[in-house]
Amino acid sequence: MSVLAGAPVVIPNFGQGSACVTGDHAFCWDWVSEHWGDTLQPALVQHIELTAIAVGIGFALAFPLALLAHRYRRIEHPVGVVSALLYTIPSLALFQLLVPFTGLTWTTVEIALVSYTLVILFPNIVTGLDGAPDDVLEAARGMGLTPMQVLTRVELPLAVPAIVGGLRIAVVSTVTIATIAAFLLPDGLGYPIFLALKEPTPFKTEIYAAGGLAVALAIGCDLLLQALRRALVPWASRGLA
Amino acid sequence: MCRDQKHGGAGMSAAAEIVFDHVTKRYAGRNAAALDDLSLEIPAGTFCVLVGPSGGGKTTALKMVNRLIPFDSGDIRIDGRSVRDLPVTELRRGIGYVIQQVGLFPHLTVGENITTVPRLLGWGRQQMGARTLELLDLVGLEPDDAKRYPAQLSGGQRQRVGLARALAADPPVLLMDEPFGALDPITRLRLQTELHRLHREVEKTVIFVTHDVDEAIQMGDRIAILREGGVLVQYDTPDAILAHPADEFVAKFVGEDRALRRLALRTLADVTLKPGSPSEPGDRVSKDTTIRNAVSLMLETRTEQVVVVDGETVLGVFRLDEAGEIL
Repeated sequence: MSVLAGAPVVIPNFGQGSACVTGDHAFCWDWVSEHWGDTLQPALVQHIELTAIAVGIGFALAFPLALLAHRYRRIEHPVGVVSALLYTIPSLALFQLLVPFTGLTWTTVEIALVSYTLVILFPNIVTGLDGAPDDVLEAARGMGLTPMQVLTRVELPLAVPAIVGGLRIAVVSTVTIATIAAFLLPDGLGYPIFLALKEPTPFKTEIYAAGGLAVALAIGCDLLLQALRRALVPWASRGLA
Repeated sequence: MCRDQKHGGAGMSAAAEIVFDHVTKRYAGRNAAALDDLSLEIPAGTFCVLVGPSGGGKTTALKMVNRLIPFDSGDIRIDGRSVRDLPVTELRRGIGYVIQQVGLFPHLTVGENITTVPRLLGWGRQQMGARTLELLDLVGLEPDDAKRYPAQLSGGQRQRVGLARALAADPPVLLMDEPFGALDPITRLRLQTELHRLHREVEKTVIFVTHDVDEAIQMGDRIAILREGGVLVQYDTPDAILAHPADEFVAKFVGEDRALRRLALRTLADVTLKPGSPSEPGDRVSKDTTIRNAVSLMLETRTEQVVVVDGETVLGVFRLDEAGEIL
């Protein structure tokens, strides 16, 4: 296909575009390698930061809350209801709701992302802690473990699969939701997509590259957590064949 | 029977006497007592079976000893000391506890499960390792089994581990709540036999709960029969209960074939045999055969006598009409 002849005058504004770019081809590797350093890599690093902070803070909040809910049944329901309500608010709307208070900042984005991780992590951790079989708990108490020892030596280790399971869902969904942060901030893998969509003719390569990186990041994190689960839970994967 | 109180060396705990002293328990919102003024003296070293229909309070009584269930009035004493005098965790660490569902920790290996209480008591690594091997051998498992996880074991093996775990810190008292109730009949019989042997090896006072009267008769030095409302109706040796049931309830509970059950408690080694020659007619049986099985064999083969042998040697003759005289 001829490069210039017949091509519409919609050359994306990315400096001197290559023939592939100006021709609006489906995917241009040359653009990717050229802009890895100034666009994609920084966006990927920011995206990992957005996700890590959100999941980290979310876990730091969800874990003690779950311990409290496990200990004092009564608070489990209210916390569950509040977090479930949060989850029903569309993420884009939640970002906008927070802007008047915290501005166009990482804080705004993280508050929203943390809320979502909380919604996922809290019930998973509670379920895990409550999941210790009755006979195991009775044996533990009957042998003279203190309530604290029952928690740390029995309930917590048995909750690890559920906790890691919750982390997997939280990480993957945060990676996805964090792309929407681009509506507020020039950061994360959502931003290149956001810019590319703003072009008169959306620039496909950039959308595919950034989107693909987000997908790869989600899958990579998931695999990592699966490996973590196998390492932490040798007793469940070596069952009777 | 096991009334003689034996004491082990200084460090090791021997069996302890357990006394229920007018213990009563009512659950909130229920009229009938779960346990009604239970008094029971279990001499040190006794294998005591609590048996009865559901609602008889046998599990309740058992769980009061390690205070998993509190009692309203009365007292329970172990070697003269009230179970209420000790901090509850300390009390429990000194009492072996085995339950029907075993309750092994799925995230810990067999070895780690077994050393649960020793670890709570702060034993050294070497001491725990040695004790683990000793216990695996005692309950009929292999040293290699220490590294396996509970999910990799059969039901019978799991209960063996449960037993080893309960015995780990050598407690003077062992509480067993229907430990073999979830096992298939063959595994159950094997574990019953082994527990019986094991009880003669390790010096422990055992309280064993079951609803199975056969199991009670086979396992118990003494049997306490509880009926609905937590009332103790009879407390005696299996033979005495079968010979003289206290009332209609006990008679029904132990079964109309109680005479045969008594015969099952004795073997041909327990009776005086008539002398017999090597050419004596009749089936050859060993002296370990129960009288009940010998009688069954004679009825089956329509013969009047069996010849008791030890290998080739004829020890004597046992006649069908002598069976009734034993009772």
